[in-house]
Amino acid sequence: MSADAQQSHATEREIIIKPAQGWIPLDLRELWDYRELLFYMTWRDITVRYKQTLMGATWAILQPVANMVLFSIIFGRLAKMDSEGLPYPLFSYSAVLPWAFFSGGLSRSSGSLVGNSNLIKKVYFPRLVVPLSAVITGLPDFGLAFLVVIGMMIYYGIYPASLVVLLLPFFLLLAAITALGVGLWFSAMNVIYRDTRYIISFLLRFWMYATPVVYSSKVLDEPWRTLYAVNPMVGVIEGFRWALLGQGDPPGFMLFVSTVAALVILISGAYYFRRMEKIFADLS
Amino acid sequence: MRDIDRDTVIDVVKLSKRYRIGALQIADKSLGEGLVEALIQPFRLVYSVVRRNRPGPSEDEFIWALKDVSFQVQRGEVVGIIGHNGAGKSTLLKVLTRITFPTEGYARIRGRVGSLLEVGTGFQGMLTGRENTYLNGAFLGMTKSEIDAKFDEIVEFSGVEKFIDTPVRHYSSGMYLRLAFAVAAHLEPDILLVDEVLAVGDAAFQRKCLGKMKDVTYEGRTVLFVSHNMLAIQQLCERALLMEQGGVIMDNTAASVIDTYLKMTDDDQGETTDIAHAERHPSVTRDDIRFTRFTLVDDEGIFTNRVKYGDTLRFYIEARSKIEMDGLTIAMQIETRDQFTVTTILGEEYDVEYSASPDEPLRVRLDLDHMTLRPGTYRVTILAIRQRIGLPDDRVENPLVFEVLPLRSEDSLTLGRGLLTPKVSWRAVTPELAHSVTLES
Repeated sequence: MSADAQQSHATEREIIIKPAQGWIPLDLRELWDYRELLFYMTWRDITVRYKQTLMGATWAILQPVANMVLFSIIFGRLAKMDSEGLPYPLFSYSAVLPWAFFSGGLSRSSGSLVGNSNLIKKVYFPRLVVPLSAVITGLPDFGLAFLVVIGMMIYYGIYPASLVVLLLPFFLLLAAITALGVGLWFSAMNVIYRDTRYIISFLLRFWMYATPVVYSSKVLDEPWRTLYAVNPMVGVIEGFRWALLGQGDPPGFMLFVSTVAALVILISGAYYFRRMEKIFADLS
Repeated sequence: MRDIDRDTVIDVVKLSKRYRIGALQIADKSLGEGLVEALIQPFRLVYSVVRRNRPGPSEDEFIWALKDVSFQVQRGEVVGIIGHNGAGKSTLLKVLTRITFPTEGYARIRGRVGSLLEVGTGFQGMLTGRENTYLNGAFLGMTKSEIDAKFDEIVEFSGVEKFIDTPVRHYSSGMYLRLAFAVAAHLEPDILLVDEVLAVGDAAFQRKCLGKMKDVTYEGRTVLFVSHNMLAIQQLCERALLMEQGGVIMDNTAASVIDTYLKMTDDDQGETTDIAHAERHPSVTRDDIRFTRFTLVDDEGIFTNRVKYGDTLRFYIEARSKIEMDGLTIAMQIETRDQFTVTTILGEEYDVEYSASPDEPLRVRLDLDHMTLRPGTYRVTILAIRQRIGLPDDRVENPLVFEVLPLRSEDSLTLGRGLLTPKVSWRAVTPELAHSVTLES
């Protein structure tokens, strides 16, 4: 045996396989080891989606734009909602953008375990990769839809006030964390209860109206506004509008509440997911 | 956890896996039902405490797919795992690959584990052969640089060079399997767990796969290999485990374990003629038609699994089709117990085609005259084929085992070797005869 081989034996990894009981550690190190798989799964889903649909990328733009047009007619024109002094189309589109990323990520990740059950039954990898990749898959769509907002800003002549625009990725991350957190809860539940997806579509519709997408959060007074920010998407959308369109006050304490809420959802979701993992392979 | 020495790479200790009968039904439950159940649960608990029962399902609602399995594997060993369907082989691999958790016991594995429980895991029809190679490689635990390094080798092995940039949904099933196996075969983990993947493709490709597996074992890798192919086990493994009802009942040299297994198989297989739910060969991907019965019958049409030497072999075949179909041919392959093919009978060569319909099962009698098989045990594989090229519509490996009785009924053992015992006439050569022989030559 060569010295090299000796070396590798000494450092080789040992895996202990034992019954799963109670709360299982997240094992983020292992998740990191599988980052290439995460990349490939995400890449697969993106490639397939853009190859499969005839209009491909057009969909990514058409959907949020259609929503924005609809909202502008109903809430902007007819209901004459207050839009913090911004043109209503821009006001709503700047919210539809992160909302579409969030709702897409949430519904995709919720169905991801069931959709990949064939893999789960045949090969081992950290199962967290599946819903995580489902959320990340939404990024190109977001990127394309973002081009539209740039066009609209040029059209209306509204530009970011300062370098706070650089905070946009943070708000996107917060949306991703929330989508993943809720997605983890639902994807695990979906394996056991197959009607979960109906609840998700209902929940998303409800949730959107509990988030300042079509209206301004200014309609609420304190302390209700801060309480309202327990919905992490409130922080995301308020932050998005502030950073991108440069209007209003920084969301400050609301953002803090939203971030804490998002992290609570993510961490609890991750542990719930790990706990349910032991039954995935036997059920799905 | 017990101490193990440096070269023990797999240590399995009292590993058990329990499944709940009907666990699959849980998946069809609705969230509504789940909520109702959650609400009822406390009352059930109270009820069971009052009744002095322990809550929860009783023991007989469970089955133990694995029970107290213990064994060790040393670095570089190639161990075969054999046993009947449902003996726990696949469950054992699933636990060792961490696809599912054990219920009791533990296993310790040292080194990088690669598993081949199925070829083509994660293949995506929309993507090209090249893209799928990377994707599938990633699922099997290969890194991008590893796949980069082996890419040409993989493509060459698969023989689909020309179509590597074509989406795999345009591939024939043969090409698809070849590419999938090629990726899997180039996996280089310290420990390889394999489940029956050699049983894909045509004979030539199977030989190639077996060759590749041999290379893997020569490289000093540790391999656990589940198969029904005794020849493959015999060629690849020095040691084998025999599983039965979730436990390891024998752990010895491959040759002796195979022998024991075949004896067990012969004892109980001849009794069943209903093969509607028998395990299908992995190459069967459609379910339009299924063989339901396959048996050997005597002169009166009564089921038998023993024939006298020289008797006509009368096979009775029954199949049910879900759809109207024409141009169906039946093929059969007779093998010796050590898997040497004695003959292949292809309906196509006799221009015999059948039509099948859902209304009525297809029933066929196939008589083989003048069979002069050497006394011994034979196994028969049966196939239903619609297209000349491509995979069979149905294929059942060895559902039928029959015995050709010795020439002298008192002999339980046949001496000699070979496949045939010709019809012979023995004559002592008398002086007159010797004369005539000389004359003729």
